Amino acid sequence: MSDRETILGKIRRSLAVDTNDVGRRAIVIARLEGTPRGIVPKRGQLPAEQRVSLFSKMAEKVSGSVGRVAKPEDVPRAVAEFLRENNLPAAIRTGGDPLLAGMPWDDTQVEVSHGPSDGGDPVGLSHAVAGVAETGTLVLTSGPDNPTTLNFLPETHIVVVAAEDIAGDYETVWDDLQKRHGKGHLPRTVNLVTGPSRSADIEQTLLLGAHGPRRLHIVVVG
Amino acid sequence: MADEKARRPKVGLFVTCLVDLFRPTVGFAAVKLIEAAGCDVEVPAAQTCCGQPAFNSGDDGDTRAIARGVIKAFESYDYVVAPSGSCGGMLKLHYAGLFNDDPAWKARAEAFGAKVHELVSFLTDVRGMKDVAARFPGSVTYHDSCAGLRELGIRDQPRQLLGSVEGLKLVELKDANVCCGFGGTFCVKYPDISNAIVERKTEEIVASGAETLLAGDMGCLMNMAGKLQRENRSVSVRHVAEVLADMTDVPPIGETRES
Amino acid sequence: MEITSNTFKKNAREALADPALQRAMSHVRSGFIDKRARAAAALPEFDEIRDTGRDIKNHTLAHLDLYLEAYEDRVRSAGGEVHYAETAESALETVLGICRKANAKTVTKGKSMIAEEIGLNEYLEEHGIEPVETDLGEYIIQLRHEGPSHIIAPAVHLNKDQVEESFRAAHTDLPADRDLSEPTSLLNEARGILRERFLAADVGITGANFLVAETGTSVIVTNEGNGDLTQILPRVHIVVASIEKIVPTLNDVSQIMRLLARSATGQDLSVYTTFSTGPRRPDDPDGPDEYHVVILDNGRSEMLGSEFKEALRCIRCGACMNHCPVYQAVGGHAYGWVYPGPIGAVLDPQLIGIEKAGNLPNASTFCGRCEEVCPMRIPLPKMMRHWREKEFERHLSPATARYGIGLWAFFARRPRLYQWATRWAMRVLANGAIGKGRYTSLPLAGGWTKYRDFPSPEGDGRTFQEQWAARRKSA
Repeated sequence: MSDRETILGKIRRSLAVDTNDVGRRAIVIARLEGTPRGIVPKRGQLPAEQRVSLFSKMAEKVSGSVGRVAKPEDVPRAVAEFLRENNLPAAIRTGGDPLLAGMPWDDTQVEVSHGPSDGGDPVGLSHAVAGVAETGTLVLTSGPDNPTTLNFLPETHIVVVAAEDIAGDYETVWDDLQKRHGKGHLPRTVNLVTGPSRSADIEQTLLLGAHGPRRLHIVVVG
Repeated sequence: MADEKARRPKVGLFVTCLVDLFRPTVGFAAVKLIEAAGCDVEVPAAQTCCGQPAFNSGDDGDTRAIARGVIKAFESYDYVVAPSGSCGGMLKLHYAGLFNDDPAWKARAEAFGAKVHELVSFLTDVRGMKDVAARFPGSVTYHDSCAGLRELGIRDQPRQLLGSVEGLKLVELKDANVCCGFGGTFCVKYPDISNAIVERKTEEIVASGAETLLAGDMGCLMNMAGKLQRENRSVSVRHVAEVLADMTDVPPIGETRES
Repeated sequence: MEITSNTFKKNAREALADPALQRAMSHVRSGFIDKRARAAAALPEFDEIRDTGRDIKNHTLAHLDLYLEAYEDRVRSAGGEVHYAETAESALETVLGICRKANAKTVTKGKSMIAEEIGLNEYLEEHGIEPVETDLGEYIIQLRHEGPSHIIAPAVHLNKDQVEESFRAAHTDLPADRDLSEPTSLLNEARGILRERFLAADVGITGANFLVAETGTSVIVTNEGNGDLTQILPRVHIVVASIEKIVPTLNDVSQIMRLLARSATGQDLSVYTTFSTGPRRPDDPDGPDEYHVVILDNGRSEMLGSEFKEALRCIRCGACMNHCPVYQAVGGHAYGWVYPGPIGAVLDPQLIGIEKAGNLPNASTFCGRCEEVCPMRIPLPKMMRHWREKEFERHLSPATARYGIGLWAFFARRPRLYQWATRWAMRVLANGAIGKGRYTSLPLAGGWTKYRDFPSPEGDGRTFQEQWAARRKSA
């Protein structure tokens, strides 16, 4: 007997159930299809503008920095400014995300290169498909235009998120993602990012920049 | 007069073995307080211990035998009251589970458990006592014993009644909800670890600056008193019932009148 | 990993006498507890979500066979492979097989307690493959050839000078004048070294905090980002996880996510919560070419039918050990195997046998703080007591303890005999301490009086019962 059959058999013996129990199967199918929500904290259940404020507050609480611009065309200038203020090279690495690609980068001195990161890029730029106000969390998905390596290898990570994509809670984000990718389907990688990388493994001293970005800057658009 | 008498609930006092053997004053204090709360008190002779040493050693057979004896001796009372959160919790919460294979006894154990209360919470929560007629000048601090705190939810009740004691100043103990390291048979089986835990506790007790340490469980009190005295600390240790009942003429735990 | 749970008492004595360890453990007492309390208090729904978290896990465990099947279907349809492993050996062979097929020389590893449980590092080394731990704490203890002393903070038993010493010993080209006296410089040193290892690894192995049946997804939670670099850079990603990590849906994961970091480190959410589904898609610019999940049983399916099944709800947050007075006093290594603290005292006897781990469920004061803070509301003291019952039934508890309890119970079951005997005993005890009120040493109570005085009975030693009876008579 395979390990699979042995394990499933032992589980059924322990639960005192058999494989033909249609009632149990129906319960499982109902949960997988119905995907009931549990308790969603009130904290994030706010009107749009307050949701954005809470998102920014929570992101800053976990040592992210947040800027805001009115429209996509303003992003390159905001990014250039951020790089200058922080003495960072005016060069970013990004994927081919349509929102970012459609921005007027040529109006700035920022040099833009495209593709995944090999660890040599000081600054990565990504587009988050959503934000979660509850915890100041960014939601980034992998795809042809969105390399995951950009989220982790550069020392500085700049993430653009549309104000209208900032949800109150995780559950809303899952609903939206499934609408986009199909029920029961996710992109290969979904990253929930809440602040820059950190570790407290040495004497419980909290330090930023363990293996991922030392710095996380968020640009909210709209 | 007969009616008046009939309305007074009958309380069986579960003395607890440590009070019976080491600190009888706590038993008399309990009687005084329960009477002051409008009840009649009886002390069934057929009691020894709640059975925890056996229960916590995995000896369910002996625990069951002890539990049957306790239930038989006490089930006729309106209430069963113990001056200990640990023994009270045992009687109230753990007896029924011993009889999972014996529905008749399980039902008896559950009915019995429903009547069981720890002394201080009985006074406040069941009898509505708000204050006591007692005087104890000086500063005291209070340690929350684990079983009383976490099994029975006793935290505010003793503080409320202590607040009414004349002359008493209550200072809060840092980490009052952290175990003192007694743990029943634990302190005998793992003396080194138990000592490390109680050392930390006495450090906090001393840091509180209080003259007297109070708690609701004799096991914890003997442990902390023993450690404080070994460390030559000047903090006195008493069961909270002694103070609430104004029966503090006896020397503190582990002390004599001269010491 | 060598099992030393049998010598717990000796381990504990040594731990108590180790000043470096005691210094390090003070960080546990001061750090985790307050942070958890603040995080829990800041979320008004926290306790209610603990209830739903418990219910989700109970529901999943009651339908575990079906959710495993659903999960497996989803992983396959996303292009991943699922391998079941009934035992640790079977899991090791499966992982080695995948590594060999990938011609792997080095594998990077995200922090995984399952990998510790099955002894993956030793096994890979024995078979010529170099495992590189990438979580900072795990990396430190790997250099020191130690096991983790905590399930989320594996190096919590160490101080920074010990870390510096290990780095200087292992990183041989490190200039002697390089300042490594502060945690920041130590972190940067590790970051630099490990960055190269990440980029060079052939296979990345991670654990999983959750396996989501709805989508066939493995979820890891980290603060450092090491788990992500482990799973996106190499050609092959292997997930090792045990059967109880299954959770039905993303919404269910969201409930438990709200409990995990708050209970563990006091964060609202860890920095990186990453959902991985299958290998990279055809047009993806990065990500692994292969994605394997090794699902381990190792005794858990049996646990599911036992009085210990509630322990399968555990999400490995570490709150029970952070709040345990025994763990705080002796640290994790004293427990002598992979899982320390209260959850270890329940799991270890199941996983390595009560004969080897019998000490652990006994080393508890039953103060109940572990259960009070457990986000999954696992009744840990009750389960430790169940192990004690099993030991007692099987005559595994020490003969002296059994004899002592037996003798005591003989009297406790006979009130009249008991009262007669205790009357005399208390008189003797009171007489022996006249004028002192306490004993500084006492035969048969050496464990007590080694460290504390023993209070003598009040007054002349007359018991309450004796005095009460006398009063009744005279009344």
